[in-house]
Amino acid sequence: MTDSKYFTTTKKGEIFELKAELNSDKKEKKKEAVKKVIASMTVGKDVSALFPDVVNCMQTDNLELKKLVYLYLMNYAKSQPDMAIMAVNTFVKDCEDPNPLIRALAVRTMGCIRVDKITEYLCEPLRKCLKDEDPYVRKTAAVCVAKLHDINAQLVEDQGFLDTLKDLISDSNPMVVANAVAALSEIAESHPNSNLLDLNPQTINKLLTALNECTEWGQIFILDCLANYMPRDDRESQSICERVTPRLSHANSAVVLSAVKVLMKFMEMLPKDLDYYGTLLKKLAPPLVTLLSAEPELQYVALRNINLIVQKRPEILKHEMKVFFVKYNDPIYVKLEKLDIMIRLASQANIAQVLAELKEYATEVDVDFVRKAVRAIGRCAIKVEQSAERCVSTLLDLIQTKVNYVVQEAIVVIKDIFRKYPNKYESVIATLCENLDSLDEPEARAAMIWIVGEYAERIDNADELLESFLEGFHDESTQVQLQLLTAIVKLFLKKPTETQELVQQVLSLATQDSDNPDLRDRGYIYWRLLSTDPVAAKEVVLAEKPLISEETDLIEPTLLEELICHIGTLASVYHKPPSAFVEGSRGVQHKRIPARAGSGESAESSDVGQSGPSEAPPAVIPSQGDLLGDLLNLDLAPPTATVPSVQPSMQMGAMDLLGGGLDSLMGDDSDTLGGDIGGSPSMGAGLGAAPAAMPASLGAAPAVGGGLGDLFDLGGGVGMPTGSYVAPKTVWLLAMKGKGLEISGTFARRGGIIQMDLTLTNKAMSVMTDFAIQFNRNSFGLAPAGPLQVLTPLSPNQTIDVSLPLSTSGPVMKMEPLNNLQVAVKNNIDVFYFSCQYPLSLLFVEDGKMDRQVFLATWKDIPNENEAHFQIKDIHLNSDVASNKLQGSNIFTIAKRTVEGQDMLYQSVKLTNGIWVLAEMRIQTGNPNYTLSIRCRAPEVCQFVYLCYELVLKN
Amino acid sequence: MIGGLFIYNHKGEVLISRVYRDDIGRNAVDAFRVNVIHARQQVRSPVTNIARTSFFHVKRSNIWLAAVTKQNVNAAMVFEFLYKMCDVMAAYFGKISEENIKNNFVLIYELLDEILDFGYPQNSETGALKTFITQQGIKSQHHTKEEQSQITSQVTGQIGWRREGIKYRRNELFLDVLESVNLLMSPQGQVLSAHVSGRVVMKSYLSGMPECKFGMNDKIVIDKQGKGGTTDDSGKSGKQSIAIDDCTFHQCVRLSKFDSERSISFIPPDGDYELMRYRTTKDIILPFRVIPLVREVGRTKLEVKVVIKSNFKPSLLAQKIEVRIPTPLNTSGVQVICMKGKAKYKASENAIVWKIKRMAGMKESQISAEIELLPTNDKKKWARPPISMNFEVPFAPSGLKVRYLKVFEPKLNYSDHDVIKWVRYIGRSGIYETRC
Repeated sequence: MTDSKYFTTTKKGEIFELKAELNSDKKEKKKEAVKKVIASMTVGKDVSALFPDVVNCMQTDNLELKKLVYLYLMNYAKSQPDMAIMAVNTFVKDCEDPNPLIRALAVRTMGCIRVDKITEYLCEPLRKCLKDEDPYVRKTAAVCVAKLHDINAQLVEDQGFLDTLKDLISDSNPMVVANAVAALSEIAESHPNSNLLDLNPQTINKLLTALNECTEWGQIFILDCLANYMPRDDRESQSICERVTPRLSHANSAVVLSAVKVLMKFMEMLPKDLDYYGTLLKKLAPPLVTLLSAEPELQYVALRNINLIVQKRPEILKHEMKVFFVKYNDPIYVKLEKLDIMIRLASQANIAQVLAELKEYATEVDVDFVRKAVRAIGRCAIKVEQSAERCVSTLLDLIQTKVNYVVQEAIVVIKDIFRKYPNKYESVIATLCENLDSLDEPEARAAMIWIVGEYAERIDNADELLESFLEGFHDESTQVQLQLLTAIVKLFLKKPTETQELVQQVLSLATQDSDNPDLRDRGYIYWRLLSTDPVAAKEVVLAEKPLISEETDLIEPTLLEELICHIGTLASVYHKPPSAFVEGSRGVQHKRIPARAGSGESAESSDVGQSGPSEAPPAVIPSQGDLLGDLLNLDLAPPTATVPSVQPSMQMGAMDLLGGGLDSLMGDDSDTLGGDIGGSPSMGAGLGAAPAAMPASLGAAPAVGGGLGDLFDLGGGVGMPTGSYVAPKTVWLLAMKGKGLEISGTFARRGGIIQMDLTLTNKAMSVMTDFAIQFNRNSFGLAPAGPLQVLTPLSPNQTIDVSLPLSTSGPVMKMEPLNNLQVAVKNNIDVFYFSCQYPLSLLFVEDGKMDRQVFLATWKDIPNENEAHFQIKDIHLNSDVASNKLQGSNIFTIAKRTVEGQDMLYQSVKLTNGIWVLAEMRIQTGNPNYTLSIRCRAPEVCQFVYLCYELVLKN
Repeated sequence: MIGGLFIYNHKGEVLISRVYRDDIGRNAVDAFRVNVIHARQQVRSPVTNIARTSFFHVKRSNIWLAAVTKQNVNAAMVFEFLYKMCDVMAAYFGKISEENIKNNFVLIYELLDEILDFGYPQNSETGALKTFITQQGIKSQHHTKEEQSQITSQVTGQIGWRREGIKYRRNELFLDVLESVNLLMSPQGQVLSAHVSGRVVMKSYLSGMPECKFGMNDKIVIDKQGKGGTTDDSGKSGKQSIAIDDCTFHQCVRLSKFDSERSISFIPPDGDYELMRYRTTKDIILPFRVIPLVREVGRTKLEVKVVIKSNFKPSLLAQKIEVRIPTPLNTSGVQVICMKGKAKYKASENAIVWKIKRMAGMKESQISAEIELLPTNDKKKWARPPISMNFEVPFAPSGLKVRYLKVFEPKLNYSDHDVIKWVRYIGRSGIYETRC
């Protein structure tokens, strides 16, 4: 007889039939019915309606039936808490059963039922079971304490279960010890500061003894727990290591990896001149290699961990290159990881072999793998100088294959090789140029353009090549646009006579026709540099670039240390700290490797010269997204696409942009500034300086080219940090209401275009597609100027930023409040509605500067009753700064009068629908409160204009 | 720890779903189906993170096993557990197939309840499990009190893999040394990588709780003994010993003893089990050498000639020899001539498969083929996958020799001499490839 038939009942009315069968007198029939219920439960049908009938079957001598009923209870007790009480009696009775298997089953199941009333009844049986004579019951009870703690932590503490659990660490049965350790470790994780797992040499000794005797799983629990211990000195550390090393020969890979974790952590404390230290290093390699003959999934876990170990201690595996050679039938995830490790292990000694392998891989089928292999060849060139020539010729061979993605990848890495070895391999440029037409990926196009710009003087037709890219300028990605701008400026500086037209063309494309602020800013900077001081421009743009370093994708040292403490776990697979993917309080604790202690100190100081990799962490190249790198034309992607983290000093630099840099550099004159930007490898400082320098230098060089000056006057709002204020994004649609879709957003006006900046986050578990947006009629006729550009499906947990350009030509209807906007967003799941409010400054147009005479006439023309008065409090700006700030948001100061120490600013604003708003702002020196009088023919807008003033001035 | 465990069929329908932790909801079942099983592209990682939930999966034929968690679990342990789960199921009902899983779903739930508690793996030795999880649930009712405590002490005890009171009339054991030899060779005949991964598999039918000691020609052990003995001896035995790169043992082996004395001592489980695994890379006997010759004649024709040479004692016979020569995707026709065995072009596998039933040592055989190609405008070159080989030989390519396996059972009246022992060596091809 088989059980598969239970899966096939799908007819109507089956619940009633089951009910009848469950209440049958025949035991066999009952059991059959329960099996059917469980089968339905498995496939996701709701059989909770049968709760009382199933629970009735619980009182039985048949163990199999009992287990089935328990399984049902665990699933549905939560949805039927009142009825679950019916089961309590049976549980309590079972906990007293003479058969230890039944006692354990009862306490195990009770712990899984998360109903408060049941939990209350659990305490007494659990207390008994923790002291049961049978080890099987005790080991089950130990885990049950962790279950109970998960439901009600306070209860566990109040009942003193934690102490009982601690006592179990000294139990005579190894499995009880292991489970107690697992339970305590889990409970301790949610109480980071409690001294729950009070590890001292005595308990450690008990654990190490149990380690030799318990099951493979128990060994893992114990080793993982041991890894959290901090030995007091190097001697204790060594003795633990000695007792853990035999685990390296265990057949279970997880035992091996956990043992490796303990050893990697504790050996940090051992003096390096100790014989034992060397022995230990030697012992680590073979088991790591053996992991590679495990099943592919485990190989993957092992490889991700080896990747960390190789970064921390390259010496362990430096002779084992061959085992990482890719096998034809390896799954793709194993292949990619092996490749990564091969590059890390590449050295002068083995480079020939490695290169031969990589060339072989470059002809494989899987596109990702081939790309990575080509990239790896480039990285070898950068890493091992002696091999650079061979690598370049290998890459050229690959370019000759004309396989599109191989060629593109090769060009990207050749660019990096140029960066590392300037003026050495430029002879290959001609070959590269032949493939110009086949490049369709932004990264490859950008790399090629960089090469053309950098070596413009050696390429006869550089101008033609660059011009050909310029034709479709607006269709290119930002990366390519930026690169093209820089390359043409370089070309101009090298061959000024014949490329003037070209440079003007690109500058106007970048500054006037582009919506991208990065591109525009860079365009302005170049424009200004070129017109002010071409010599300085040359120094800045053609400055010698720092060489790229060889290791670019290393994990940042503190993160690496943390990950080493998590060897074997998910964190080590993701290469992310647990806090990045675990919710709640668990995993927030940061683990650290112990420092070399006491007696090891003298040994270490003598050791510094040896430059172990852990002592001298290599510098990490700034990531692609870095703003300063961009400005300085250092925006070449490092050889790998992913740089896990940016060094803290760089982030500091970026923040400086708006902070201290401004004050300290205001006084500097533009010349020294220019030098600073170009030459300095200390990018942090340069970064802070660049934008802040603009207003200062603006004043310093006024008379160069009138047109240019104008440009800056006009663009002041754009280029300077005093640009129009954009409020931070707020959440408009909660994920709860949006069936998992969360929308936050803000509004901005950029270069005369109104934009709605949205962040869409998918918090559901399925992919979202087919996004669309619509607005209800509103006071100023705002409407989307184009469709919502969400091109790729939004996968779970993914976030996407979109900017939706808006027009003001939509249908008009007065809203309450005036600036209210009702929005509907549709996706494949549903349509969602929300409303938001926009700042009125969104509608202030750029040509809102009124003529003085007109202003006076209009002011008088508007009746007095239309005037509204406001107070703006706590503003500590002088009138000039304030007027500058307001201008950024298109509130224009037409005139200024000073009467008795009081500044009167007369200002005008024009709305998109042609309404004029006139204002008088009084600023008394020393008084932080401004008085604002606003006149407008449509008085209802005054309130909102005032709010804009406040918003702009306070931010 | 593991928050839940699901088993799906190839269509993504759930066959088994067991949730251990409150943080895993029913939607996790669907998330895995939608994002992994029904995903269009090939699996890029055995670990997937969907909405802060991590899914570990393994596949057995067309059945998916997935473990789910929201915590930073020990990833290696989860996979080891999933493999173990497969072993346990196979030991109970044979092949892991949709039909078998549906037929045994009650049993599987029972097993899952026992071997995972709150997501923590518990004792998963089939020997122990079979004493109290039986397909006839009623049986467990009739255990006596002594039997019950015997079960629980075995499940939790130090020797969880063996029960007391086993009796055989004939004490017998079978020892198989199974090796798979792996090779990657360049077209020029240079060994790029070669290693042997071996297993010592044992079938023991021994009474009582016997203490066993296993010895092999491990270089470290022999050298150690050589130091104590005469120099003559060490010179002799040194030749026959092999260097083992690394080995791992079944949990019955006392690892600390191996670590300190390098002796392998244990109380074996009853019946079938794997005593140890090992890996060697030095002085490997490569049983076959493949010499490929591929010539492109114009754009529409390939000429392939492959010679295989057997490289072991002439008195021994290799069996089940199969050479697989990949052909391009645009192959239109193949003509094959071989001196020995049978060769066929298999269009569905894009390969010429050449089979030879038996071949003695120090022999040589050859195949030549003409491959006609359809002209294509595909720019991409053919990737030329390596030529692979399968075979079985009656010796251990690593050179490993079993020196002794001693059995002591002080409580019962049989001695080492009374035990009938069988030893067998089988060398098989692992991934045995020659690039062409």
